[in-house]
Formats: sequence, structure tokens, C-alpha cells
Amino acid sequence: MAQVSMTVNGKAVKRSVPDTTLLSEFLREHLRLTGTHVGCDTSQCGACVVHVDGRAVKSCTMLAAGADGASVVTIEGLAKDGALHPMQTAFNDNHGLQCGFCTPGMIMSGVDMVARYKAEGRELTEAAIRHELEGNICRCTGYHNIVKSIQDAAARM
Amino acid sequence: MYATTYHRPGSVAEAATLIGANPEAKVLAGGQTLLPTMKQHLAAPSDLVDIRRIPGMAGVSAAGGVLTIGAATAHADVARNADVLRHAPALACLAAGIGDPAVRHMGTIGGSVANNDPAADYPSAVLALNATVVTNRREIAADAYFKGMFTTALEEGEIITAIRVTPPKRAGYAKFANPASRYALVGVFVAETASGVRVAVTGAGANGVFRHKGLEAALAASFTPEAVDGVKISAEGLLSDIHAAADYRAHLIGVMARRAVAAA
Amino acid sequence: MSEGIGARVKRKEDKRFITGKGRYTDDIRMENQAYAAFVRSPHAHARVTGIDRAAAEAMEGVIAVLTGPELVADKIGNLICGWAITSKDGSGMKMGPWSALATDKVRYAGDAVAVVIAETPAAARLAAEAVAVDYAELPAVVFADRALDPGAPQVHDVAPGNLIYDWEIGDAGATDAAIAGAHHVTRMEITNNRLSPNPMEPRSAVATFDEAEDHYTLYTTSQNPHVARLVLSAFYNVAPEHKLRVIAPDVGGGFGSKIYIYPEEIVCLWASMKTKRSVKWTADRSEAFLTDAHGRDHVSTATMGFDKSGRITGFKVETIANLGAYMSLFSSCVPTYLYATLLSGQYDIANIHANVKAVYTNTVPVDAYRGAGRPEACYLIERMMETAAREMGMNPADLRRKNFITSFPHQTPVIMAYDAGDFDGNLDKALKAADVAGFPARKAEAARRGKLRGIGYSCYIEACGIAPSAAVGSLGAGVGLWESAEVRVNPVGTIEVLTGSHSHGQGHETTFAQVVADRFGLPIGNVQIVHGDTDKVQFGMGTYGSRSGAVGISAIVKALDKVEAKVRKIAAHVLEAAEADLVIEGGAVKVAGTDRQMAWHEVGLAAYTAHNLPAGMEPGLKEGAFYDPVNFTFPAGAYIAEVEVDPATGVTEVVRFTAADDFGTIINPMIVEGQVHGGVAQGIGQALLEEVVYADDGQLLTGSYMDYAMPRADDVPFYTIEHNTTVCPNNPLGLKGCGEAGAIGAPPAVINAITDAIGTNDLAMPATPQRVWRAIQAARPAIAAE
Repeated sequence: MAQVSMTVNGKAVKRSVPDTTLLSEFLREHLRLTGTHVGCDTSQCGACVVHVDGRAVKSCTMLAAGADGASVVTIEGLAKDGALHPMQTAFNDNHGLQCGFCTPGMIMSGVDMVARYKAEGRELTEAAIRHELEGNICRCTGYHNIVKSIQDAAARM
Repeated sequence: MYATTYHRPGSVAEAATLIGANPEAKVLAGGQTLLPTMKQHLAAPSDLVDIRRIPGMAGVSAAGGVLTIGAATAHADVARNADVLRHAPALACLAAGIGDPAVRHMGTIGGSVANNDPAADYPSAVLALNATVVTNRREIAADAYFKGMFTTALEEGEIITAIRVTPPKRAGYAKFANPASRYALVGVFVAETASGVRVAVTGAGANGVFRHKGLEAALAASFTPEAVDGVKISAEGLLSDIHAAADYRAHLIGVMARRAVAAA
Repeated sequence: MSEGIGARVKRKEDKRFITGKGRYTDDIRMENQAYAAFVRSPHAHARVTGIDRAAAEAMEGVIAVLTGPELVADKIGNLICGWAITSKDGSGMKMGPWSALATDKVRYAGDAVAVVIAETPAAARLAAEAVAVDYAELPAVVFADRALDPGAPQVHDVAPGNLIYDWEIGDAGATDAAIAGAHHVTRMEITNNRLSPNPMEPRSAVATFDEAEDHYTLYTTSQNPHVARLVLSAFYNVAPEHKLRVIAPDVGGGFGSKIYIYPEEIVCLWASMKTKRSVKWTADRSEAFLTDAHGRDHVSTATMGFDKSGRITGFKVETIANLGAYMSLFSSCVPTYLYATLLSGQYDIANIHANVKAVYTNTVPVDAYRGAGRPEACYLIERMMETAAREMGMNPADLRRKNFITSFPHQTPVIMAYDAGDFDGNLDKALKAADVAGFPARKAEAARRGKLRGIGYSCYIEACGIAPSAAVGSLGAGVGLWESAEVRVNPVGTIEVLTGSHSHGQGHETTFAQVVADRFGLPIGNVQIVHGDTDKVQFGMGTYGSRSGAVGISAIVKALDKVEAKVRKIAAHVLEAAEADLVIEGGAVKVAGTDRQMAWHEVGLAAYTAHNLPAGMEPGLKEGAFYDPVNFTFPAGAYIAEVEVDPATGVTEVVRFTAADDFGTIINPMIVEGQVHGGVAQGIGQALLEEVVYADDGQLLTGSYMDYAMPRADDVPFYTIEHNTTVCPNNPLGLKGCGEAGAIGAPPAVINAITDAIGTNDLAMPATPQRVWRAIQAARPAIAAE
């Protein structure tokens, strides 16, 4: 068993879990934060994307023990004091989701890419957004409104 | 996944001891290949030795004009590193195209080079740039390092600590991605180095990354995209799978070589 | 009214999804929950000669290991196909036995043999690996066009030669004669590639048996929980209908694959009774590829005759449809009544004949996937039209126009009676929006960049609003395809609408509320849509075949009619006015021309206090309705794809995609456009990327996203969407349906564009870079000669 301590959505958590526990499993089953989804087993669909120490990672491809000491933000932690994050608002405004299953990962990846491009002073073009979404698969939207949502949020963030 | 014991050693020496003590142990660098493999029950290491946060394992130095990239440096950090961008922009470009953003935040150069996946990007750069694989025991020249698909010169208990790259005069990388996995179906890294023009091909070889002597000779004579046109690229020894037959891969090697030279 | 019919209202359901508060089946955790893992056959075809479970049973955390013979002993029934198809010789279809856990034989790689119930998912999976199954391997048959070969391995004893049915429609003699006398004949061999639906949420089930009540509850990823309950009780004998509650909570996409009842749900229910534990199973993606029903997989020969002017004289189709190892729930109707009945396309064709042979193979069962039969029909017709135009030296748009049906209603020779449409109008809109006039300049510009640019058309029609019950009953359906609704007005005037439709991404909570809001002039916030729970909704047929609008909403409208009638009576009584003088608007019932009115909540209160109701009126304000459509609906449209092919690599980029659709009345354009976007992306996926590939021995080679290419954001462009509306005359709001159009219309448009770009008619889907590159090599001499 691994003793795991981390900050999740601003709160300190501590659990003893099997060494094989994935971060996605830790969030979903141990903390019952079920907004992080698992849609594949080959690290490609991106439904499980969360932020670890400020960077988007696939929580299905990281051990909980490996995140010991880290600060983790999940989809549940994105809204602050009841106010939705601009990326969340943009997905609602632009119909960026249908079944909602890939959405948490899309939003977490969207927030990450906008933050990176802004920090590096690069322009987040449509082509860049589409390229940045390589690791997030959606089956419902045809991506049209996801790209629009991220464009919209980038202008608001 | 099968039961395993996770370790987070504080030093390379401690990591080496852990690896040495457990013959079925594996180094966990970024885990972006190893963990999915374990999830599918295709690997069952007794122990995982996480080297990602060992002090000094991550980061890039350009001391003496030579790039030393820590083994635990994430792809995203190589891609945006100012020294890499200055001295070997083709390497930064390659790193920026590995996997997807989330994978690039976790996956590491050392992990990729140690695994030597036949469809991975980094092996082509290491081989074409004539880079040095630095381990806890020795330094291995690229030409002596890659031994075939998923096989390297690494011995039991040997841990990559850094990749050392002497900046090339010019270099370029072009990848044709597998439409499904987005791994390299064919990736060609061309470099004009102090020891001549080197061309390494990943994704295509049935024995993993390899140098293409015909392309090297042609580009040594003229480092231009057109020079590639006269090179006959054999399909012999190339992979054939549901995504691409060997002859198509052979054709793509030529196309990617041209594009890599043009990008250099 | 800003929230009524036609308004671009933001979705009510989004909030829970964008904050991570959705509630999907795998998010549910019951008290005392155990986990199931299935032991699956590694072989495509084998006899099961022995199962040794001792090692597994001894493992830590294992509660039970259960196998097929115990399932049979408990009288759990075989899985069935619910639509009987009759062969042209009058014989019935040959349905082979399908036990939820194999008893004697496995028929595809992934077929379930046993199940382990354990305390954790990991323990269940490890123990499943420890169950030792002895197999006697048998030769396998995998491909549709090999299943009928003499000597092909036999999948089911009941189906000699692997033939499930040999069905036909139309007049063979007249069609042959029409083609024989044609001025020009176009003939093509066309394969419709096999696909895996891939909703992003894998299938999942949590079953609970309440011993004290002798009652079962099943949470499951279903598009139609009532149908699941019906089948689980009436056919699979898991529990009687009144002792089984099925809940489909938030469901992460379906695209057809979650219509069916699979072995896993049956086994979870049964195992919960056996173990007295709640039993959860959630597929991982690998398991989804191995077990979710696949789609398409047709091999066809099509022949079309034309007269001198380009009018179609006859259309003859021969199709072999691969149904996999077992007949899934609706599999039989897909390559027959959902396919061949659409072979007239948008064209006035006097003579059509289709012969469909459905076959068993040692592969995953094949059933409806977004479009279901209609994409296969559309692909055939629209590739034929484009090819014929090229062969005859005609403009492909002009050839289509020459053959368009222009007056309605129109009876085709293959059952369907089209009720309304404007095919010329659709094409006009598409041509304009796609700037077809500017194409030559764009092609020339692309050529300067070394790219081959091509343009391709597709004019699709589909039959939705599935379906008139008596009609489908006469064609063999085992169920009626009506829909139900109940409208409950609360004493405070808020409204709950219970619907038998199920939303798994379609936005029903918003569009259905818009219909109600529009009717009474209420804010949509006052309307709650309830669905997906057999304890709440009395019955429903669920969501598939683009039926939730045309059938599901029509049922709601019918219930609203009844509510309104009662509201009028109450208001007329209270306001002492004639019913004819009342108008309902702005959330009030008003006496026209006066200032007398009852606010909506006052009507509700009056109904429930019952202090002052008309004599003899029952208290309360709740009405239910069942709506049975009188005809299918016929969405249609014109799609234009523009592609650029890199001749060096064969890579195709879809650079422009224009859709002009006629969906009838549109309730929420934003949501409708979203449906088109998603459908088109799946269509582009089929055209360029997606294909389930089996090895000759029946091993699945595309078992993960490493090998099955899903469309990603950089595989598709922004889409241009146009609407051209003709109202459906056969349902109250004039709705046609929009869910499948994109997946139906897009594939031929894309392939026609690529073949235009590279100068060949011979190109199979998916048009992978390798395939396109080879086609270019093959066409090279022709290109050089130009």
C-alpha cells in the first residue's frame, strides 16, 4: 500500500491505496470525484485529463503514488466560489458538448492550452486548437463547437 | 494491473540499488508507455522505480555549447527550452510533436530512449544527431545504443541519466503519423553533424530505428530535398501492418526525408 | 418568445456536465457492491470442452465464478433478434442460439464464457484470467463475401451455409429489362466498411437484487430502458417486468450501440440474485471494441441503367450483409427495411430490385449504428450517381437534378411513400453556400501548392420517425414503435414532462422544454423533462432512428393538447367565459378583448384545490398520450465536400464541408446544427479513417485507439450548415429528424470528392493515405495522358 497525500481542488487529502492505483481511480473511487472520466485504456481519449501542478495530464496514465505531494485540479475544482470558469461558460454558450462524457477532459485541456499559449505569447489559432486537441476524442460534436468554445474562452481568459 | 511496489528514490544511486535488488523491477520515467502496457496486463514489473523527481534528472544545460538533456525532462520542456530551440531546433520540433499535450507533460526523453519503441520519435533524433546516451555507469554512443525493436545496449540496473547532443550544423525532422495512434508510421530525422550527414528512420524498420546509408550518401553530396529523389529506398526489412505495407513505408521514407531536409 | 420553437436556447442540462456533476452508470456506487469481470474467448470459433474455475475461486476477494450451464439451469433465456425477416422462398430467418454465457461453443473472439464476481475490479479481473477454459479450436469464417462459399466453416447449425435469410424487394424482371434496354449502364462493386460505434462512455451496468422484495434494479447505459426491461423480462426471463426497474441515467453517447441488450446486463442481474450482492460491470475500451455491436459491413454489386437523356431506367442491387456471430436485437431489419427501402434515394426510379443475403461470421454481432442501413443505401446510390455522371460526361449536380423527385407525395417502388421535400432547393442552397462557382479557382490555387483538389456531392434521403407500428408489424417487427408522454402540471404551475424518449447527448431536456414553453408561454426553467427510469415513465420505446422529435415530441404535443383542453375548461368556468374566447399566451389564460385572465399557476391551483371546477370534472392536471406515427418522416439534403489530396503521401484533408438539410420544423437550431456536426464527423470518419479489421482467423486487429482511427479535431474542418425547410405533413409540429443525416450524407460526398481529385472511380472506404496513394499510382497513366 502507498501512503498518498496531495492537494485536490485546494483541499489536502491523504489516503492509503494500493501501489497500482491510478490517479483517475484515486479521484473517482477514493475521493468520489466522478467528473473525471475514463474512456479508453491506451491513453488516447483524454476524458481523464486533470491538472497536476498546473499541467494537463492524463490521470489514467499516472499513478496516484506518483502524484504524492502534488496539487491536483479536477473539473469539480474549476469553478471558484460558485462562479464558472470562462472555459465552462464558453462550452455552455457555444454548445460545446452533447453527451458530456468527454467534456471534463476537453475543458481541462482547453484551460491548459489557453494558459500555455498566453504565457508563451503565442496565438492560439483554429489550427493550433485542433492540433492541441489531438489527445482528446469527442464522438458527438464533430469538434466544431468545441473549437468555437475554446476560441471564445481564450478571448475571455 | 498486476500488483507492483512503487518506489520513489531520492538519488540515482538509490534507484540503481532498487533496480539491482529486484530483477523484475522497471524504471518508471514518465510512464506514458509503461503504464498503459501494465494496465493491459502486458507487463508485470515487481517494482516500479520512479526516477522522475530525482534531483538533477530533469532540465537542459548548454554548457560548453553541448546540450545535456536530463533523462526525466518532459517532452513539453524539451520542446520549449530556449537552449534546445537555439542549438537544435529540429529536436524541439520533434519533441513538440510527440503524443499529445498531456502526454508531453509526463513523457520523458529518457523513458522514450530506454524503451526504444519502434514507432517512437526520439530514437531517430538520438541516432541522427549522433548523440550520447549517458547512464549511471557509462556513456554510450548512439550507434552502439540501439539494438533493435525495444532492445538497447542498456544492461540490467543501468539507468539513463541524460542525453547529450552536440548541436548539428542543421537538422530537420518530418513525421508521417499513424492515423489511429498518431505514433510515427514513418519518421525521418536528417542532420548534418560534425561527423557527416546522418539520416535516421523511425516507425518503419522491422528492427526499430535505423540509419539509411543511401540517403546519407546522397545528402552528403548535396543537402537538398532534390537529392533524395535519386535514392532508391528498399522495402526490405520494413514493417508491414494494417496501416501501411512495407512498400508504402519505403515510399514515405523518401517523402519524409525530402520534407525533413526542407525543414532543416 | 425567445425560448420557444425556433429559438437558439442554451442547453439546460449543460451545467452538470461542465462542472463534473453528471451521473453516469459507472459513477453510481451501491451499498455492498461487487464487481464482475468476464472470461472471454480468445478464439473466434471453438468448442468449449471444459472450464476449471477452482484456481479462480480460491483467489482473494472472489465471491463467485459462474458459467453458462448454471445460467441455463436457472432458465435464463437466449438473446434474441426482435424483427422477423422472411426469405424470398417464404422461409423464416435462421436465428442461432445465443446464450449470455457460452454453453458449448464460442463464435467470436470475445464471446463470454464465464463471469467472476469479486470484491474489487482488480480482483475480478485477475481471477478471470485464472479461469482455465479448454477450447477445441474450429476454423473461422470472418468476411461477408466468404461466408457463403461452399465449405465455409459453419457458425450455427440452424443456418446451413451461414445464410440467415435471402430477401428481396422490388420487381426483378422489370428491373433487369429496364437495365438491359438502357442507353448507359453503370456498374460498381461497393464495400461499406465495418465500423465500431465508439460512444465515449463505455457500456456499464450495476444490478441490485432486493431479496426481501424479490425485486431487481438495473442501472445501465441504455438508449431505451423500457425496451431493455421488456426484453430482460419477457425473453431472457431474468425477472418479471413489474419486479424489474431499469434506469438509464446520464448516458455518454450511444449511436445505436446502446439500443441492444447485451449478455453483460443479463449476467449482472442474474449474478446479483446468485450472490445477493450489487454487481457492477464497466467495459474498458478494449472490451468495447470486442463486444459492442458493430455497424455497416456490406458488400454490394450495384447496376444502374440510364436513358439517353440521363434519366435512370432501373437500379439493381445485390448485397451480402455480415451480421456477425449472433443476431443482435434489431440486426435483421438494418440491411432490409432500413436499407433497401431507401434505394430510390431522391430520384424518380420506376424499377428497383434488391436482393440481400444476410450471413453469419465469427465476428462481433453487427446491428444498427448511426443511420443504420440508410448510410449503406445512400453511399451506394450517391457513388453510382457521381460515377455515372463522369462516365456520361455530365455534371454530377445536373444528373441528379434530372432525376429528382419533384412532386409529393411520391410512392417509390420499394415501399416508401415520400411525403414532402424540396430536393432542388436543398441542392441550390448547398451549391451557393459551398461556392461551387469558385471551385475551379480554388483547384488551380491548390495545384500551385502541389495539392489535388476535388469536389464531391451527395444528395441523401432517409426514413426517420421510426415508425408506424402497424406497418412495421406487418414487416416483421416484434414491437410497436410509437412513443409515450405524460405532462404533469403541478399545483404551482410548474410542469414535468415524462417521456419515453431517452437523451444521451441530444439535448432533450432543452428542446422538449422549449416545445412546452412555446405552447403556454412559460419560461423553460419552469419545465422539467423526466426520462430514463422505468419507475417514473410508464413506457417508452427510446431514442434511435432520429425518432425523438418526430415521435417522442409528437407524443408530448398530444398530451399537451389534452392538458390544454382541460385548462380551457377550467379557465372558462372560473372566468365565466366561453372556451372559444380564451387565448393562452405569456403564461396566462386570457379572455380575448378583456383584461380578465388566469395566471398559469392559478390554473394549476384551481385544478388541484378543486374548489371550483366544472361539474363532473376530475381534480388534477395530468395527461398522458401515446403517439403512433402514420408514416416515416423523410429528412433529406445536399452535401458538398471539398478535399485536398497530397499526391506524395495520399493524405486527404477535408477543407470545406457544406450541408444543406431539410429537417422539417426546427425547434432549436443550435442543437440541430450540433447533431449535423457530429453526424458529419462520423461520416468523415467512415470515409477517411475508421474500419474494423479482422485477421483471417477472426482475431480483431483494431482493438484499441492505437489501431482504430477515430476522427480527431484536426481531421475535420468547420462545417457550413444551411437549412431548407419543408414541413412534414404527418406530425403535429412538422418535424422530420436530424440525428443521423450527417453520418448518412457525408461518406459519399467525401469519397466522390477524393475520386474527383485523383481521377479515378475506383476507391474503397476508408480512403486511408495508403489506399489513396495506391489509387493515385494506379491512375497515374490516365492523369499523365490528360
